[in-house]
Amino acid sequence: MLRNLLISLLLLSFVYIFYNLYVGFTPKTELDGIAAHYADKGAAEIGAANLVTAVVVTYRGFDTLGEVTILFLTASIIGFFLKLTEADENKVIIHRGTSELLVTSSNLLVPIIILFGIYVFMNGHLTPGGGFQGGAIIASAVALAILANPNMHINHQIILWVESISGVVFVLIGVLGILLAGGFLDNRVLPQGQFGTLLSAGAIPIIYSFIGLKVGAEISNILEKYQKSQKES
Amino acid sequence: MEFFELGKISLLIGFGLIVLGFWGILSQKNIIKIILSFTIMETGVNILIVSLGYVKGKTAPIIDSAVEQGANHSVLGQVVDPVPQALVLTAIVIGFGTTALLLAYAMKLFKAKRTLQINNFNDLKW
Repeated sequence: MLRNLLISLLLLSFVYIFYNLYVGFTPKTELDGIAAHYADKGAAEIGAANLVTAVVVTYRGFDTLGEVTILFLTASIIGFFLKLTEADENKVIIHRGTSELLVTSSNLLVPIIILFGIYVFMNGHLTPGGGFQGGAIIASAVALAILANPNMHINHQIILWVESISGVVFVLIGVLGILLAGGFLDNRVLPQGQFGTLLSAGAIPIIYSFIGLKVGAEISNILEKYQKSQKES
Repeated sequence: MEFFELGKISLLIGFGLIVLGFWGILSQKNIIKIILSFTIMETGVNILIVSLGYVKGKTAPIIDSAVEQGANHSVLGQVVDPVPQALVLTAIVIGFGTTALLLAYAMKLFKAKRTLQINNFNDLKW
């Protein structure tokens, strides 16, 4: 009883704070400060049609490096946490068969979903999308494949190599920015190209493609850990 | 200035989801439901941050034929704030990470006690 009272008291105080914030808030009528600079000069400086991508990959590229690191950290902690013993690792468990419908449709859909993921991260500088979204779409294809075939063997070595190489290339392009352009993760190491085409915005398509591969590999890695942990006794 | 203005509706939804998620975290007993409440609260915060970057009557910060472009593709005064959207991208990824970790912990807790009711995990209670 006392517990419920305290909970409702806390929630009511939250509602009170939020109500005051809500009433006092007026939406902006024009951009100011750094956002105005991004809207005004972003396209000329970076060459990306999608300004959010320009902010994510170049203006705040360091943030993105941190994000990728956090994902890597999550994958490694989960790998450490769900580690199987030797005996469990070699165990074979018989799953109940999945439905014909799921198996057939996943055979058809998995390649298409992966292709769509690749499209999303390659066009991250032109359309809504980018490395993280594309990587998540690729991982959703892996999740569908696992659902259709619970005993599926995911090659750990491939995931490991794709993840490491993409991470190293991402940082190397960043370091090239110090040597050839304005600073770490500057996209002007490559020519800007024609605005609005696939090969434009300097290094952004390359960086975002590698981020997409890295995120896809990392999420697939996490999915594989969860799949394997079914064997745990 | 009316209460239900277009630019403030998403703000209201964000606040509502935060309170709902907080209520779930405090009152639910099932660990999976607590994790779900965390994600609901997270979604609320994300909607809130995005709606803070809203500029009245402006469009998405993507330069194509839908927006009027000035010299050198300048779209000043045409688009909403791109910075909160970029920050929310970061927040979503981190939210994914924390949710994956929470689910791994939930699996381990279930393996330890064969239950997901939080009341049964009272080893640290005195």
